[in-house]
Amino acid sequence: MTESLFFIFATMAIVSALTVVVTRNPIYSAVSLVITLFSLAGIFLLLEAYFLAVVQIIIYAGAIMVLFLFVIMLLNPGKEAKFLSLTDPRTLIVTLLSIAFIGMIFSLVSGSVNYIGEVMGSVEELGTTRNIGLTLFTKYLLPFEIASLLLLVALVGAVLMTKRNLR
Amino acid sequence: MLPIEYYLWFAAALFAIGVAGVLLRRNVIIVFMSIELMLNAVNVTFIAFSRQMNNIDGQIFVFFVMTLAAAEVAVGLAIIVAMYRNKKSINVQDMNLLKW
Repeated sequence: MTESLFFIFATMAIVSALTVVVTRNPIYSAVSLVITLFSLAGIFLLLEAYFLAVVQIIIYAGAIMVLFLFVIMLLNPGKEAKFLSLTDPRTLIVTLLSIAFIGMIFSLVSGSVNYIGEVMGSVEELGTTRNIGLTLFTKYLLPFEIASLLLLVALVGAVLMTKRNLR
Repeated sequence: MLPIEYYLWFAAALFAIGVAGVLLRRNVIIVFMSIELMLNAVNVTFIAFSRQMNNIDGQIFVFFVMTLAAAEVAVGLAIIVAMYRNKKSINVQDMNLLKW
């Protein structure tokens, strides 16, 4: 069951990620990215990271993608003039390098399977909201506060950036 | 549970697609989306290892990566809008103000 679900989600994620890169219309790219993010939320669920799966849907598929779609529709960029073509040497080189990268990771991971070892202990309750909260507000309290500061800086920066006359 | 290798292979493929998108596309919004793809691929790796090692620290790290991605997208899209106002273009190659 887990296995077939993983393959369904992984295939969906890979295909829609490819669509993000190869499609010409930015709106289609954004919608494909939403599908990728939803499949990734499913994969997080299979890995028993329940809290992060929900956060993935709320933050990425909700907030970030709305921002992307908003900017795409605001700027209405249309289609790219010079688009990916298979005869362009740049496209070929990048594709070959990406495939080489995947192959490298494949062989690296396959070669070190013996060192990764078995799943440790019982992991029924690892990714629940309770556990995440307990760790976040004790061990990682300072990074959490710094993250809130980062969000404040981003907020001020984004507002300032869109002012018409910066003087 | 599936062996962790499957998750690592899947994350590597997603990351490579993101890198290819950043290198190939000239639309800066698509470049941003490809960066999000790469961040998500790394998140999958973090969560897979967190599950494997039975240690929650990886998931906390993913939480921070998501915070960072939200901040990055907000500022980045504001920069794109500001650039479009000046240059009337969202092509990466038109953004060369700082080019020597």
